This record gives sequence, C-alpha cells and structure tokens, in this order.
Amino acid sequence: MTATKAPTEPPAQRTVRRPGDRIFAGAARGSGIFILLVLAGVAAFLISEAIPALTAASSEIPDGKGLGPYIGPLVLGTLLGAVIALLVATPLAVGIALFITYYAPRRIAATMGYVIDLLAAIPSVVYGFWGLAVLAPKLVPFHAWAADHLGFLPFFAGPASASGRTMLTVGIVLGVMILPIISAISREVFSQAPALHREAALALGATRWEMIKMAVLPYGKSGVIAGSMLGLGRALGETMAVAIILSGGAGATVNLISNSNPSTIASNIALRFPEATGIGVNTLIASGLALFLITLAVNMLARWIVNRRADFSGAN
Amino acid sequence: MAKRIDVSDLDIYYGNFKAVEGVNISIEPRSITALIGPSGCGKSTFLRSLNRMHEVIPGARVEGKVVIDGQDLYGAGVDPVDVRRQIGMVFQRPNPFPTMSIYDNVVAGVRLNSTKMKKSAMDDLVERSLKGANLWNEVKDRLNRPGSGLSGGQQQRLCIARAIAVEPEVLLMDEPCSALDPISTLAIEDLMTELKERFTIVIVTHNMQQAARVSTSTGFFNLNGVGQPGRLIEFNPTEKIFSNPEEKATEDYISGRFG
Repeated sequence: MTATKAPTEPPAQRTVRRPGDRIFAGAARGSGIFILLVLAGVAAFLISEAIPALTAASSEIPDGKGLGPYIGPLVLGTLLGAVIALLVATPLAVGIALFITYYAPRRIAATMGYVIDLLAAIPSVVYGFWGLAVLAPKLVPFHAWAADHLGFLPFFAGPASASGRTMLTVGIVLGVMILPIISAISREVFSQAPALHREAALALGATRWEMIKMAVLPYGKSGVIAGSMLGLGRALGETMAVAIILSGGAGATVNLISNSNPSTIASNIALRFPEATGIGVNTLIASGLALFLITLAVNMLARWIVNRRADFSGAN
Repeated sequence: MAKRIDVSDLDIYYGNFKAVEGVNISIEPRSITALIGPSGCGKSTFLRSLNRMHEVIPGARVEGKVVIDGQDLYGAGVDPVDVRRQIGMVFQRPNPFPTMSIYDNVVAGVRLNSTKMKKSAMDDLVERSLKGANLWNEVKDRLNRPGSGLSGGQQQRLCIARAIAVEPEVLLMDEPCSALDPISTLAIEDLMTELKERFTIVIVTHNMQQAARVSTSTGFFNLNGVGQPGRLIEFNPTEKIFSNPEEKATEDYISGRFG
C-alpha cells in the first residue's frame, strides 16, 4: 500500500432539520451566551474601575490608611452578619420545612407555606425599620446578659450596646430575611424524597424521626445547601436593612454586641457613594469587587460540597 | 425465630372505603405462603397490614385481629415501630438507600435498634446477611460503594439482605420479582427456598408459575366488582390450588378464564 487513496466521502446524511427545533436551540444557546456576557461585563467593569484604587497610594484612599485597611473591616462585617444570619436561619428553616412536609396536618401545612412565602415578599427596608424600632430595643437585655455571662468569648466582649444597634441584631434581622428562601427550597426537596425510600426505612422499624434521618435528610441535603447559599448570597448583599440598623465605621472587630461595629460592603457603598469623588469612587468599586469575589467563592464552595458525594446523591 | 400468623375477621379500610373484607387465614411457620389474585383485589393491602405498614397512608385502618405467636399486632399499646422490627418487608421495586453504601444499607436496620455493636461483629453480620441473600461474592470487594450502583436484581437481593440482617420473625415480600429479569427472578426464588428454613415468608405475586414453584400454601384473593372489597376466596396447599381447587373462581383465574 504505497498510494493511499483518500477515503471516499460517505454520502452526506441529510438529516431533517425542523425550524421549530432550530429556533428553540438558537434561543436556548443565545440565553446561555447572554448570561455569560452579562457576568463577564460586570466583572470587567468592576476590575477596570477598581484598578485606580488598587494602584493608588495609601494616602489617596479615603481614611488615608490604604486599600487593605479600608476594605478589610468591611469584608469582616459583611461575613460576620451573613454568618450569623445563616446560623440563625438554617436550622430554623430545616425545622420549618420538616414540620410542613412531615408533621403538620395538611391544612395547617398549606397555610404555613403561604405565610413563609409572604415573609420573602416583605421589602428589606421594612425589615430594616422593624429591626431598628422593635428588635433592637428588645435585644438590649440579651446584649447585657451576653456581656456578663459570655464575655470570655471575643464575640461578646462588650461593653454591651444600650441601643441594640449591633452586628448581632443585624445578623438576626438578616436571618429572618433569608429564612423563607431556605425553608421554601428545603420544603420543596423534602417533599420530593421518594416514598420508596421512606417506606423502606419505616418497614425496617424506623420511627418518624429515624425515617427522616435515613431517607429524607440525605436526599434533601444538597437542596438545603443550595438554599442556604442562595440565602447567604442575599445576606451578603443586603444593603438597606444593614444601613438602617447599623452605625458602622469602626475598625475590624468581631465584638458583636458593642456600639462600635464594622459596616458591611453593600451598606457602606450605599451610604458613601452619593458623596464620593475621584479615587473614593474607585475605592468603593474595589470593595464591590471584593463582594463579587466573596459571593463567587461561596457559590463555588457550595457546588463543591454538593458534588463531593455525587455518587451517593440518589440522582443515579 | 419463625412464627405462625393467625388472622381472624380482618377488614381493611382506606378512610371510608373498605378495601379488604373478612380475611381468616393461618400461616404456618417456616413456610412460604403465596398470595395471588387480580390487580386491585387487596392482596398487597393485606400483606401491608401484616406489619402495620398499611397505616402509613393517612386514613388507613383495620378491624379484626392479626396474632403472631399469641401477640395481637393491633392490640392496645402495641407500637407499630416494634411490629415492623419483627416483621421485615421487601418491596416491589428495589429500594436500597441511595445515600448509603452497600455495607451501611445492610446494617441500616440494626443501627436503628441502637444497640452498640463492635466493628468486627458488624462486619460478620454484613457478611452473613449478604451471604444469606446470595450477594456476598458479587459485592464483597465494593462494600463501600453506593448500593444504587448495583443491577436491579442485585439491589433487590441487597434489600433482602437488609431485611434479614435484623433477624425478623416473618418476611413479607410484595411482588419482589416483578421489576426483575428471569435470571434475577430465579436467583431470588432459590433464595426464598433457602430462607424458608429460617423465616416465615409471605409473598404477593402476579406470576402464578412463581407461586406454584416456591410456595407451600397459596391464597387466592378476588373481588366481585369495582368498588367492592376484596376477599380471600380460597386458601389451600399450593398443590391443591393448582391441581384441584375447591372454588370455581380460583380455577377460572389460574387457568386464565378470568372474568
């Protein structure tokens, strides 16, 4: 075989292409590309606008101490508030979802579902005023108690705030705000736990709680994580409620119950942007970039947690 | 270990609907009892009433007596959870817990009993149960892999291993082979014959050859019409049912002249 002949082209298969198929495929592909473009655009805007602040001399940054010391406390404040919110909301939301799906009589369950969804529809500014006017004064005694009894923890070092306008209050308000998101998604996945596996657990002699532990929670775990991350995203980015309650601006501290608190990125941008000029604007955008990266990291972490045991997820 | 089951005047309801009426039956220990009959005649419902799985469905209840070795399952103060720990069940579709490994699936029921077991005792139990279910050789190298990665027949044998790991007194099987191919079906039938030595087995099946092959006694359920409760028409040794049934309806059903 010295001269190899080019293999003859197989006769072109004429597959029928229906217009509806092509339109739908094009529309779907277009949507997919569009969302990527939007994301890339936002990232490009944040980076290009943040560069002047990243390269500026420390003295040019507002407060005059440099970019790191400016953004650091904001990042800390953002994470603190969001983590408290998550710690408050996740167990409560899982409990609510389990109650609605497996414990409550059907009529009560339906009503409760609506009420929880209603919580999600309340604008965040209302939560802010509620936190300021109702919750903060109510929490003042708890602040004092925590300072007295838990003062050995850096979180409760005190001195206790007399107004209740603290990071702790903010975290709890944020927790109430994200509660409906997490519980709605958890409820959805719990109610889809296969009857097949629930009956398998019951037939082995599981009590209702053991059945939930064996067949419902493992099945719903990834949903709970996904819901928590959605909630965390909202808590990280929440602006109004935090801006109303918190008189931020103090440096980095993990003390949750004193009057001096770090602000959060989003509320700091909202409060300062109207008066910012020049490099101050770039600094605020740089802090926005930091928020963007935090959210990205949180979502990737959640993805990784969900995928880690994909074999055992029950999806196969 | 194996126990006898005496059912007297059992009526089973879904809410106000009477699904099964007036069942009287005595099931011998160490036997396989097959329940046959057309769809909707109440044989699965009856089977589920034997370990109180029936009442998992809201509004479902029974009247009458189910006595296992002198203990009334529906007596006052009897906890359905305890009943189900004594009476194992295998379902129509294989249902190993997808989030658990093969090993964890087998010991799932034992862990529920919350008796602390040594690791070595647990390993022995897993091996014994999987051998009892004729699955050990196929899975011994991948006990930590998910049970959902097995074939349908293997999954069903895993479910049987899970059920027998807790050493129940009775094993209920609700059409255990209807989702399986003939080879897996044969494997499960052989297994049932072995398990008969240790357990009282009650099986619901649509496959009359299967009933004839494996069972010692057969009960035929039928219903008079849509909306009527199902009844136990005839209960006799399998040989008699398939060669010389007492009731015309039984003969019509097993010879295919149904309706």
